[in-house]
Amino acid sequence: MTAFIQYTLQGLALGGFYALAALGLAVIFGVLGVVNFSHGACYMLGAVGAALLLDATGLGFWAALPIITVAMFLFGVLLERLFVQWLLRLDPLYNFLLTFGITLFLVDFVKRRYGVSSLPYELPAGLQGRVNVGSVSLSSYQIFVAVFSVALCLAVWLLLTKTRVGMIVRASTEDAERSRALGINVGRWVTPVFGFGIALAGLAGVLRAPTGSVNADMGSFFIIILFAVVVIGGLGSILGAVVAGFLVGLVEAYGQGYAGSFSQVLIFVLMAVVILVRPSGLFGREEAAS
Amino acid sequence: MSDQTLEIAGLSAWYGEAKVLTDVDLRVEPGEVVTLVGRNGAGKTTLLRSVMGLHRQVEGTVTWGGDDLGKASADKRARAGIGWVPDDRGIYATLTVAENLLLPPVTSKADAWSLDQVYEQFPVLHERRDFPGTKLSGGEQQMLAIARVLRMGSTLLLLDEPSEGLAPVIVQRIGEIIRQIKSQGVSVLLVEQNVKFASTVADRHYLLAQGRVVESLDNDSFQSRTTELLEYLGM
Repeated sequence: MTAFIQYTLQGLALGGFYALAALGLAVIFGVLGVVNFSHGACYMLGAVGAALLLDATGLGFWAALPIITVAMFLFGVLLERLFVQWLLRLDPLYNFLLTFGITLFLVDFVKRRYGVSSLPYELPAGLQGRVNVGSVSLSSYQIFVAVFSVALCLAVWLLLTKTRVGMIVRASTEDAERSRALGINVGRWVTPVFGFGIALAGLAGVLRAPTGSVNADMGSFFIIILFAVVVIGGLGSILGAVVAGFLVGLVEAYGQGYAGSFSQVLIFVLMAVVILVRPSGLFGREEAAS
Repeated sequence: MSDQTLEIAGLSAWYGEAKVLTDVDLRVEPGEVVTLVGRNGAGKTTLLRSVMGLHRQVEGTVTWGGDDLGKASADKRARAGIGWVPDDRGIYATLTVAENLLLPPVTSKADAWSLDQVYEQFPVLHERRDFPGTKLSGGEQQMLAIARVLRMGSTLLLLDEPSEGLAPVIVQRIGEIIRQIKSQGVSVLLVEQNVKFASTVADRHYLLAQGRVVESLDNDSFQSRTTELLEYLGM
């Protein structure tokens, strides 16, 4: 039982990274129709950015959280204005070429400049200890990540469901062309939505920095899991991204706990089962499958 | 109310190399209900999509209320008063019924129906206002799609096969709605395969075959020649 609680917490913390990043991927795909293959690299940039900020200025985790998130938002806006906007009228194949190209560039840039070994990053002040709940000893940082990411997903959910902007983003995520035909200037939301999605990826990276290895390659495997999350949740579904994010995090954590090296395999078994039973994903629309 | 006329002149449209519309001339006067009749693949939906600005591979001019729409985007055309009611009804599954109604911006305060007016006309939409849009029946979704553009204040409705797949009593109700909005000065360009239904609501008809307008006639001659025309169109 003790182990189970620990794995659950670990899974929720892990799921938080996936959910936040997948949420960004989902709104970007929805509103722009662009599958952002550079999402993993942006996640890496968030973590590396936090480490570099610490090295250069001494500013730690609590400062990095807002600073890097805002910086990644601006980076996303820049990417969209410089490159991504030209994709919107082209064949989806170019979307892969461009965003994958951006990934290669970012990863190699970081490698060349800062090397391949992991950069040091410590647990933030105040969250280094463990909390004892009965006989169970839990990492306070993991508790923080789990609570923080669930709260953040809820906040984004409220933003999407309770505001007019959110309504437009949901409608355009479901069908951008139809929204235009109903008088919505979808183009106006493209740049901020892309920036927002990248900011969430960067934020997930900062959250990961204290417990993961911070290096140029950390996004490469992350993006593979992220696409499994998106397939499980249903491409284009915002709720699906969040639920599948936490689900995959839990599967990975239980897998690590109970099945050792099989844990990564389990994620793809889950994905295969979901595709067999519901080809459009747990929350995908039926039409998407046909 | 509005004095807006839709005028299409020399409109041709392509999908890649394939030409699907050739030199179409068409006119819808304010308060007029005009149908496009023709078999599947005649280019009816493409014509509506071209007017809406959703199909971009076109030549020719579309003039609305005296303004050449040129390359205007779909959202601009919608805000100029053209209301889009697609053949799949276009109801958002991720939005509630009320949100579906409130999503489009009000484009003309004078013409827009208030939410109360919509609910009074369509009580079922009020009853189900908090349901996801696609939980409605096909007929209710059709009402929602029409109500949505009326709440925007659209003065020209592009209706793509509103009667398709609906029970006769619902089709009748949609006919009533079309007659009602017509009486308020709203014009309708209606794509319809149900010729009987078309003849109960329309003032004029354009027959479309292989992307061309082969005949344009008023409702009386349309009704008297229905059998012959249907044979000609192969419907």
